Amino acid sequence: MGVSIEVNNLNAWYGTNHTLQDITLHIPANEATALIGPSGCGKSTFVRCLNRMHETNPIAKVTGEVRVGGLDIYSETSAVEVRRRIGMVFQRPNPFPTMSIYDNVASGLRLNGYRNRRTLDEVVERSLKQSALWDEVKDELKKKSGASLSGGQQQRLCIARALAVDPEVLLMDEPASALDPVSTAKIEDLIFQLKSQYTIVIVTHNMQQAARVAERTGFFLNGRLVEFDSTHKIFTNPGDKRTEDYITGRFG
Amino acid sequence: MILRIQEPRTPKPADDEPIGGLVPVVVSPQASTVRTFLVSRGSSSIADSTFRWLMLLCALSIFAIVALIATELVTHSQITLAKFGWKFFLGSAWDPVNANFGALPFVYGTLVSSILALILAVPLAIGVAVFLTEMCPRALRGFLSFMTELLAAIPSVVYGLWAIFVLVPLLREHVDPLLIRLLGWTGLFAPPDFGIGMFAAGVILAIMILPIISSLTREVMTAVPHSQREAVLALGATRWEMIRMGVLRNARIGIVGSIILGLGRALGETMAVAMVIGSSPTISKSLLAPAATMASVIANEFAEASDDTYRSALIEIALALFLVTIVVNMFARLLVWAVTRGTPARVA
Repeated sequence: MGVSIEVNNLNAWYGTNHTLQDITLHIPANEATALIGPSGCGKSTFVRCLNRMHETNPIAKVTGEVRVGGLDIYSETSAVEVRRRIGMVFQRPNPFPTMSIYDNVASGLRLNGYRNRRTLDEVVERSLKQSALWDEVKDELKKKSGASLSGGQQQRLCIARALAVDPEVLLMDEPASALDPVSTAKIEDLIFQLKSQYTIVIVTHNMQQAARVAERTGFFLNGRLVEFDSTHKIFTNPGDKRTEDYITGRFG
Repeated sequence: MILRIQEPRTPKPADDEPIGGLVPVVVSPQASTVRTFLVSRGSSSIADSTFRWLMLLCALSIFAIVALIATELVTHSQITLAKFGWKFFLGSAWDPVNANFGALPFVYGTLVSSILALILAVPLAIGVAVFLTEMCPRALRGFLSFMTELLAAIPSVVYGLWAIFVLVPLLREHVDPLLIRLLGWTGLFAPPDFGIGMFAAGVILAIMILPIISSLTREVMTAVPHSQREAVLALGATRWEMIRMGVLRNARIGIVGSIILGLGRALGETMAVAMVIGSSPTISKSLLAPAATMASVIANEFAEASDDTYRSALIEIALALFLVTIVVNMFARLLVWAVTRGTPARVA
């Protein structure tokens, strides 16, 4: 089951560029939360701070507090442990090209030394069913390479890979922006199904997508969180003029 | 958002300007000096085609040189080719006095010294490449890769001298006795030990092929897209796990290619090996015994090869070495190219 995320005074830098400024918000458990905003507003940096991927860049810096399920991920644990608890799906599908579909999904468990074959089989089947890819690949699980799938299938494979380790939170950084409309619709259906079991944070450029899948939406602008509220409120009666300008397409 | 549509450019009619080569060359009465000069230059088609043929000739000369070497080697090794046939490479007697030639000891020496070099160099080279691409602070990276490439630029004979004065005494005094004590039971390290021999040759070869393998491995590792590293990290991998699963696994074909390229160099390396291997046409189980390689026997004996059969035998060894190194290098280049030609994994 998912856990909630508590962010207090989060600041992030790339070199001297102050990309996130004093972000404070509460992301509830087992809901989808969408983050919208124009390019370069800091929304991707923000999700990358939630699983400590931001710091893999040598010039990056973070201050502040992020509590995932009550645990402060920056002071009370290691980056490796955080990422074992939080799954991530990237903008461009990045399956492992030298591995079969099965091995791609099992990679997270194998990485952590899990060897029980029967459980692995079950987990792979469960994850591929959750990501709605099972029926398309079940006959060639161990024959086909992860890279031989279509773009949309690859992205669902990456979602299955993230789900296989049973994460408490699933971060999705523009998961559908490199995909065609049909694949995008499939990913959105998937988020809709998954959000009862996982806390999902999804970054998106597509405002309709946020409106369709998310209970809550946050609007980022120039490294600041301008507004964070229920999706319904953000899209029908935003509290801030800048949010209104953005969702009505007056800038961005 | 305002879409800026580029205004279509309408070509202005220029009555004094011949367009390309379509308009017959007519110099109008009021033509400027520049125009007159340019028109007088003509079509320049001769210069262009001359240049093209010249460059083609340069490129073809490569093939000509290779073909010439091959034919020369074949014609000058006719005597032994006819006399011994395939048995030349199976006989182990190397007896110039009685004109009896078998090249097996040299084939064996080349293979064993090269394999020894690979065993020693590959783990080290991959370690260097991993450190340089994944862990090295940016400031140090340039300097360290420069140093590794510099190793490749040192002349072979300098390596040989260094080996004679530094490496061989070091092996004889410290390393070999230890190997005899620890691994003596295998029979691979058995006295007598002179310092020079197969093992010394293997070590110096390892040092010489280290920069080739590490710099090419670095190249193929750098070609692995960043998204692969992130994919592994996001699953909760440690740095080593990320390198193993996200980088080495994707780069493995290219790494094999770079290893084979190193092998190609080791097979043909002559001077340094000739200086430390001990020049003995024998096959010994002990790696500490003196031996000889195909390249080293040519270097050491060609000057004293007085009769035609002797010379023919050495040239036939050269021919075999030539063919083997060409095939090995082609195969290696193919593998490296397969990885570095774009992103190794064409994902999405």
